[in-house]
Amino acid sequence: MSGWETIIGLEIHAQLATRSKIFSGSATAYGAPPNAQANLVDLGYPGVLPVLNGEAVRMAVKLGLAIEARIAPTSVFARKNYFYPDLPKGYQISQYELPIVAGGALDIVLEDGKVKRVGITRAHLEEDAGKSLHEGLPGVTGVDLNRAGTPLVEIVSEPDLRSAKEAVAYMKKVHTLVRYLEICDGNMQEGSFRCDANVSVRKAGATKLGTRAEIKNLNSFRFVERAINYEVARQIDLLEGGGEVVQETRLYDPDKGETRSMRSKEEANDYRYFPDPDLLPVALDAAFIESVRATLPELPDQKAARFGSQYGLSAYDAGVLTASRELADYYEAVVRAAPADAKLAANWVMGELAAALNKESLEVTATRMTAERLAGLLKRICDQTISGKLAKEVFEAMWSGGADADAVIAERGLKQITDSAAIERAIDEVFSKNPGQLAEYRAGKDKLFGFFVGQVMKATGGKANPAQLNELLRKKLGG
Amino acid sequence: MALTREQIESIAALARLELSAAEVPVYQDSLSRILDFVGALERADTASVAPMAHPLPGLSQRLRPDTVTEQDRHAEYQQNAPLTAAGLYLVPRVIE
Amino acid sequence: MSELHHIGLAGAAAGLRARRFSSVELAETFLKRIERNQETLNAFISVTRAQALSDAAAADRALAAGDGGALTGVPIAHKDLFCTRGVRTTCGSCILDNFVSPYDATVVAKLKHAGAVMLGKTNMDEFAMGSSNETSYYGTVRNPWDPRLVPGGSSGGSAAAVAARLVPGATATDTGGSIRQPAALCGITGLKPTYGRVSRYGMVAFASSLDQGGVLTVSAADAALMLREMAGFDPNDSTSVEREVPDYVALLGEPIAGLRVGLLKEFFDKGLDPGNERRVREALKVFESLGARLTEVSLPNLPLSVPVYYVVAPAECSSNLARFDGVRYGHRCEQPRDLQDLYRRSRGEGFGAEVKRRIMTGTYVLSAGYYDAYYLKAQRVRQLISADFTRAFASVDVLIGPTTPTPAFAIGAKTADPITMYLNDIYTIGANLAGLPAVSVPCGFVGKLPVGLQIVGPHFSEARLLTAAHAYQRATDWHTQVPEGYA
Ligand SMILES: [Mg+2]
Ligand SMILES: [Zn+2]
Repeated sequence: MSGWETIIGLEIHAQLATRSKIFSGSATAYGAPPNAQANLVDLGYPGVLPVLNGEAVRMAVKLGLAIEARIAPTSVFARKNYFYPDLPKGYQISQYELPIVAGGALDIVLEDGKVKRVGITRAHLEEDAGKSLHEGLPGVTGVDLNRAGTPLVEIVSEPDLRSAKEAVAYMKKVHTLVRYLEICDGNMQEGSFRCDANVSVRKAGATKLGTRAEIKNLNSFRFVERAINYEVARQIDLLEGGGEVVQETRLYDPDKGETRSMRSKEEANDYRYFPDPDLLPVALDAAFIESVRATLPELPDQKAARFGSQYGLSAYDAGVLTASRELADYYEAVVRAAPADAKLAANWVMGELAAALNKESLEVTATRMTAERLAGLLKRICDQTISGKLAKEVFEAMWSGGADADAVIAERGLKQITDSAAIERAIDEVFSKNPGQLAEYRAGKDKLFGFFVGQVMKATGGKANPAQLNELLRKKLGG
Repeated sequence: MALTREQIESIAALARLELSAAEVPVYQDSLSRILDFVGALERADTASVAPMAHPLPGLSQRLRPDTVTEQDRHAEYQQNAPLTAAGLYLVPRVIE
Repeated sequence: MSELHHIGLAGAAAGLRARRFSSVELAETFLKRIERNQETLNAFISVTRAQALSDAAAADRALAAGDGGALTGVPIAHKDLFCTRGVRTTCGSCILDNFVSPYDATVVAKLKHAGAVMLGKTNMDEFAMGSSNETSYYGTVRNPWDPRLVPGGSSGGSAAAVAARLVPGATATDTGGSIRQPAALCGITGLKPTYGRVSRYGMVAFASSLDQGGVLTVSAADAALMLREMAGFDPNDSTSVEREVPDYVALLGEPIAGLRVGLLKEFFDKGLDPGNERRVREALKVFESLGARLTEVSLPNLPLSVPVYYVVAPAECSSNLARFDGVRYGHRCEQPRDLQDLYRRSRGEGFGAEVKRRIMTGTYVLSAGYYDAYYLKAQRVRQLISADFTRAFASVDVLIGPTTPTPAFAIGAKTADPITMYLNDIYTIGANLAGLPAVSVPCGFVGKLPVGLQIVGPHFSEARLLTAAHAYQRATDWHTQVPEGYA
């Protein structure tokens, strides 16, 4: 693939976390029985009219402010006309010429640690379509319009992405951001966050963009990566074989790991956009925009920078801990309860806790290992009640049972021995049981130092404070 | 502005309207005449005139509070539907 | 002339309140007239006799108890594009032949709330596309003044019904003249309010930026009463305007002395029938005698209003009518081979010729490569026309001219050429493009046929228009003339 450059732009559809639909008072909750949440407006009944949900507007503005974009003082809803059974009115209400948000950017961190700025052309409000179902319906398609009219914000990037990895990093960044902003639940299985990828290739050094293909409806990070990689290889193969890339819409088949042409949707695509006469221009004044700005939370990049300076974390650790607002909040709650060692807290949250959550596919907000309980454990490490090694055992006990750190330590007798006299006694005992090794050591076999550490640890049930043990052992052996 | 037979057929296809063979020339004739008639617009000087999408100037879109006001009435609404099953509207199989 | 069916809308309301007759009596009287004249006039698509009588009985009980609204017990009819809960709503189209609305249009709900009793749904041009009522799937409506002639359209059923005194008042809609033109051709009063004055929710859309619901009644006083009850802000219609509804009835008696009347030069053009012109000029004399001051004004871009309309209205209609696809309601073709066949045949069979023509015109003017030249261009010229009106209203209070170029014409006379038919609305379309209120009142006859006088005002000047029309009707009796055979 050398000699080729990949150009990718993403159109991300994020479902806005409103209670009701963008143009009707129907609920947006996931999983209702078919058409139970489709009212007359959603069904496109004769005579009904759309009325805009103010919360959807606020959410789009929130996004726009977070990516430092321009918020349009006037934006306009248009109709995108096409026939499809999941599109009840025969048109989708979307913003076309005048979107609510234009000209923003997001930074992503590349694999080599470099920061890359990805331009965001625009973000516009629109309504989602319904769902077509085929399973168990021989010869027919069933249409469920519960999702029709669900508010979406479509975030369109510049063609700034140069690899599938960059595309995924960008998509993850947007995913993090919309969840921080609480404007989208980010649930990709339920379709709340999905993207279309515009992919083209060109000879390295070329300035003109190649012909692009649009891969529709990718609903996992893994699929985005695989679909783009497949598509890039396909296009390069085509071009190297003397062929041409056709501008078209393609669908990714996760079972086969391929993209294929969706010619059916291409046929006679002339969307005949025009301003929707049922809706007026959306006018936003400075007061409205400022009222939304006042609700902006600390954003992921700001939070990561603060974690670096306030807690002395590396950029990498700060990035991991701020990937979700919940994880960051959890981390800060741990540090608040056990302030002595913020770096230790970071290691535990990213290490033991993350692994345990991952194993059981739990969200950080759903764990019984609350920040306070974990802090309880960390405090015992800091005050040397237990060693770091035994702390892992305590953590496991706390995770599977309900007891707190102190109870586990007491019950299992894991309290670290920090009494010098007791450790010295144990050392003496080991010396007396292993006279041969002692003689060898003294004769110059330094390697046996570790042997003595192990023996003393064994004798104390692993509870001897390691630093103290080292120091005392060295003194005694040297003596 | 004389429209061809093919143009009428492609407009009808875009609008999802089945036309009989006899209807095509009729629409060919009348649409061509309508386009000639509205062609008079060309003569108006509209340089620097903004398009007017809405008859009342200066109004802007009202924003609705985000509240759920609707109940499940699909059974009632589907009484008007030509074909349904298990709460779904049915159409001939759509292959993607 | 003393029979109950000449009572008029306001008269009916007053008589009911005074208990001079009952609502059931009134409903029976009009239902009989509707049924007796259905074959000749074909003014109704549905007559809701049983429901009407039970609603009338309920109204009588309310009146006896001393409750009730401004229209309690008053019979009315709705144009069949207002959705009426539990009642078939066809829009004059085969595609909605079996459609029963699960909800009431806001206008219907408001009139119900005021106590009005619906007798039925009136015939109309299919989806309000027509100026003669000849495009209805349910057949042509006949003009009560001469059954060989058209009643005008698209609200021809409502107009014929009121003119023949089958009902004292009816709702109607006006996208390019569909209230005023049939009012003129049937010799009654028709008011198209300011765009946004009356909710469009539940009014099946033809061209959303032009459609406006209004009233057809015998007199301006009746129109004032009916409009007062159906106008007002509706949160379900984003284009309805949050603005108080004046008491049009209370304002009717205001003097019109000093009213500055503009004579639209462009309205008195070569297309105007000399007979119509004579009647309109006589009416202007009456206004002068009432103290109005006449001046001539010119709206140079107005002659382009019909071409603008025949781009904008079809464009919007092509999109508005996409929802009629045979999936969720309405006509579906037999045995569709596949989805595309289902769409094409359901729509091809369900829509009539004129509706298909407009859908195709609209599809074309919005399509790639033609959007700028047609749609955008038309919206720019629309701006020019609107600006012409604004300029005119800086120096006059109202504009007065003819409603139509000619009196009612023969059924079939203009169906061959769509352009000839479209030019019927040459004097009415301007008000729709600019969103202005306008009223048509009878101002005499050419031969045996009524002629309409149109008064156009600035946005939200309905009270002024009704006051002027009322003053004229107090000075004349054209509006009280009843077609032969319907006295
Ligand atoms: Mg897109
Ligand atoms: Zn989209």
